[in-house]
Amino acid sequence: MLEVRGLNAGYGTFQALFDISLDVSAGEAVSVIGPNGAGKTILLRAISGMIPLKSGTLKMEGCDLSTVKPHEIVELGIAHVPENRRLFPAMTLDENLKMGAFAKSARGHLAERREFVYSLFPRLKERRDQLAGTMSGGEQQMCAIGRALMSKPKLLLMDEPSAGLAPVIVQQVFELIRRIRAEGLTVLIVEQNVQQVLQVVDRAYLLESGSLADSGNAADLMQSETIRKAYMGI
Amino acid sequence: MEEIFDIFLLEALINGLLFGGVLALLSLGLNLICGVIDVVWICYAELVMFGMYAMFWLYGVYEVPIILAAIMSIALIAMMGLAVHYLIISPILGKPPINQLLATGGLLFFLQSFATLLWSIEYRNIGVRLSVLQFGELYLSYARLLAFGVAIVGMIALLLFLNQTFMGSAIWAISQDREIMMLMGVDTKKVYAVTSLVGCGLAGLAACLLVLQYDIHPFIGLSFGPITFIICVLGGLGNMLGGFVAAFILSEIISVGGLYSELEWGCAFVFFIVMMFLRPQGLLGKKS
Repeated sequence: MLEVRGLNAGYGTFQALFDISLDVSAGEAVSVIGPNGAGKTILLRAISGMIPLKSGTLKMEGCDLSTVKPHEIVELGIAHVPENRRLFPAMTLDENLKMGAFAKSARGHLAERREFVYSLFPRLKERRDQLAGTMSGGEQQMCAIGRALMSKPKLLLMDEPSAGLAPVIVQQVFELIRRIRAEGLTVLIVEQNVQQVLQVVDRAYLLESGSLADSGNAADLMQSETIRKAYMGI
Repeated sequence: MEEIFDIFLLEALINGLLFGGVLALLSLGLNLICGVIDVVWICYAELVMFGMYAMFWLYGVYEVPIILAAIMSIALIAMMGLAVHYLIISPILGKPPINQLLATGGLLFFLQSFATLLWSIEYRNIGVRLSVLQFGELYLSYARLLAFGVAIVGMIALLLFLNQTFMGSAIWAISQDREIMMLMGVDTKKVYAVTSLVGCGLAGLAACLLVLQYDIHPFIGLSFGPITFIICVLGGLGNMLGGFVAAFILSEIISVGGLYSELEWGCAFVFFIVMMFLRPQGLLGKKS
């Protein structure tokens, strides 16, 4: 579904990603793990068009992303849950969801998608008129995921969904990811919480200082000595 | 003596309220542009001046029916705002704010001089004199009542547009988080263009209302520009509700202040300066 080939990218003259190639197939859940500053967030930002590529190609279902404008990438079925959630704090939860359906291809399905999101996360329905900035961290994360789902994506990019949340909420967030997978969505998730994320994805790539250092099945990586030592503290 | 005095006070209060409606309309337009595009249009009131001239030529000279002339003037000023956005604002977006102040400030002098060159400094009016409504001892001008009513309708229309459409939601959202708008599929350039169009359309509407009460000359913008700007800052730049409240407070101070002294504008400025010390973020602004 998503095909990344020889990707080089960064901010200005600073290069953060070197020759990244990875694939995500339809129906799969894939994770990119790695330490702080490895370039995980930049990878997701490059895919959804927030930063320009230096070189390399990105293809979504065969369509080259460089041929469309950055804000049109959503229309190809890619939704991005950004780092730190980035809700519109002075808008209600309902209005945040509405913004998620802004893309032309999604506008007609606003009511239907909203019902879908509320059925997936019943908690959100109770909070629909609350300002997003006043909700708890877990609810905000739920809202951010819901907002991304509003555009009826095929591929969901998630940037550190568990960051900054209390341990018990982190458990709930990973439970949400399982629920989203059960809906048949393809997921690419960037996480530092390696132990947890490897339990919900099929495959993972290890990103270290801007390059892919390792990749494999989640189950195999979980057994890997180096990953257990470096990222799980076992 | 006591009774007559109360009538004057009541009249001043009502006139303040009526004038506040038009000021609120103007400040809403300026606030919309400030909040969304993050640029301060120093020359905003000069668009009002051009709108008043448009009404003068269309209605006063070419005798286009007044409603049609008003619609044409509003459309013209909205297009003029769009042109200013594309030609002047857009190339310097993201540059230091001083450049934007200098560019729009320069445009202010250009527009004033241009109007002087085209139409001289002669005072003109469109020749409509609406009658005065009398309630016992109370005199109220129909022009002001009409201006107030239309301004309120205009603001309600704006509110509906902002709350009911996807573009309206994007306009609310963009000032809260500019960077992630593209993840929602929003073309920020298009939002900026629509905002300039709508914001300047409001200036056009205000021009159609003010032309019923004021003579037209190239420097008429200076009568509304500074006060509009002060209202926006007093309410919290970009905060539309704050601007709305501030418009009525200031117009009441000017109107009622004028009853007791010659220094009604002085009262308004003193109030503004004191408030800037007490609440530098604006009446309803949040601390940043």
